[in-house]
Amino acid sequence: MIPQSIIQDTAEKLMAKAAIEIPDDYLGGLRRCADTERGDLSSFVIQAMLENYEAAKEDRRAMCGDTGVPRWYVKYGNDARPQGGPIAVEQTLRRATATATRTVPLRPNRVHPLWRTDHDNNVGINAPEIEYAFHPEADWIDLTTVHKGGLFGSDYRMLFPGDGLQGIKRFFLDTLIGFGKRGLACQPAIVGVGLGGSKDTCMVLGKQASCLRTVGSRNPDPRIAELENEFRDLGNSIGMGAMGFMGSSMVVDCNIEVGYCHTGGMPMSVHMFCLSSRRATARIHADGRVDYRTDPEWFTAYSRRETVDWSGPVAVAAE
Amino acid sequence: MQKKLKTVELTLPASTEALRDLEIGTVVYLTGRLFTAREGVYKRAIEDGVGMPAANVDLGTANFHCSPAATIEPDGRFNVGAVTATASFRFAKWLDGWFKLSGCNIIIGKGGMTSEIYRNTFVPNNAIYLTTVGYGTGALLGRGIRNVPGVYWRQELGLAQAVWVLDVERFGPFIVESDLEGHSLFETELAKITPGLDRLYEGTKPATLRRYGETDDKKDEVI
Repeated sequence: MIPQSIIQDTAEKLMAKAAIEIPDDYLGGLRRCADTERGDLSSFVIQAMLENYEAAKEDRRAMCGDTGVPRWYVKYGNDARPQGGPIAVEQTLRRATATATRTVPLRPNRVHPLWRTDHDNNVGINAPEIEYAFHPEADWIDLTTVHKGGLFGSDYRMLFPGDGLQGIKRFFLDTLIGFGKRGLACQPAIVGVGLGGSKDTCMVLGKQASCLRTVGSRNPDPRIAELENEFRDLGNSIGMGAMGFMGSSMVVDCNIEVGYCHTGGMPMSVHMFCLSSRRATARIHADGRVDYRTDPEWFTAYSRRETVDWSGPVAVAAE
Repeated sequence: MQKKLKTVELTLPASTEALRDLEIGTVVYLTGRLFTAREGVYKRAIEDGVGMPAANVDLGTANFHCSPAATIEPDGRFNVGAVTATASFRFAKWLDGWFKLSGCNIIIGKGGMTSEIYRNTFVPNNAIYLTTVGYGTGALLGRGIRNVPGVYWRQELGLAQAVWVLDVERFGPFIVESDLEGHSLFETELAKITPGLDRLYEGTKPATLRRYGETDDKKDEVI
């Protein structure tokens, strides 16, 4: 039985970590951008961001004033037993979101879409989002929080098999150029692409690809991994850098996730995880130990399973 | 390696003469008083006819499109963490009335507006636009805040939309996006990038299923 107090404490720490500490994989990717960027203005922006990460860590203040829309990803080991059950876990995550909004502090972003009413704590109807996954033969719970920007840089389009790879490439460029201008997408970004699924699944996969996979990770399908490299380089060849200034720093990395879709269609989504790529993960073990990390290890051989039965090795994550 | 950009320390309130020295692409740090105001404030002040929440001298003449990550403690103290701008193009429709009402001559925000709006609205009011950098230097900006002399319309608009008055010291960095003549740095940069876009699209054709209201002209922007 995992005590609720440990889940609460861990969730509050994760909220602060995500808001304050830039993950090492993104930081490394941005430093590579800084090394190769030739545009004066784009270089200046990246340098200012690198200084901003240091300031955030030194002062223990959020790296970005815009909280984005904080959300949770919960992965249950099949044998995990949280005190109070999943209802208590949800309540705990909502409470941690509200508490951290006050203590970090984070800007309370969430309002009712029509009445614009505000609880000043980033909690409300259907907020924060909580998504679930499960993992075989495990008794831990993985908690991940992501604070993704909420306004620009994502798009969806129903493509068809006849549009082919060229159609995918075109929509990828459309999204990056459209939202890259003036830096609306807060690039350089981790670009996630969702291919297939139904419309909602397509959006979910693309968002997870941008927020839950690390810079340098690759899809286990070698042909998709090749596309990830190709699209990363394509994005960086647009001629646009940080804030839409001339340069080459658009894409820190590109991650693609796929889901089986309707035989007649090829839906596609694009998502951009920004200069403040805020994510933090903790594994809460059955004995109450907690290990913090920045790789959510969300996508696994199990989560990408192809057929009815699962018979693969369960011990290691795919990435 | 990057070339060193021209950097200016600007004291607020800024005179028209001081603004005249600022070319697009110049890096600016601010010292003095400024305040936050965004759509909630514009709507209330202009559309609802309420007017300004305080005397202009108490607010300053630089308007930041921002809501800080901040809390008001039970004892009334303010705890300001990070501050980051929000995208400005959505607020263009209120600005003419706003300049007249507020006396502002500096707008600070994210992403700028079109040069058409600069020429029609900013230039006649001797105003410039400063863009925040990377849109995420929230911690650096938070460090530059020395004091919060007042928060207005907190009850009416909520924490995020309220008017936060900030006394700042070497607050920045910002980049001059539009000057007193209405030039736009973003548009100048994009004009250099656009000619290279066609080659990226070589071999592709428009999607089978079209969408209403979209453009295929890559010179266009989405704002």
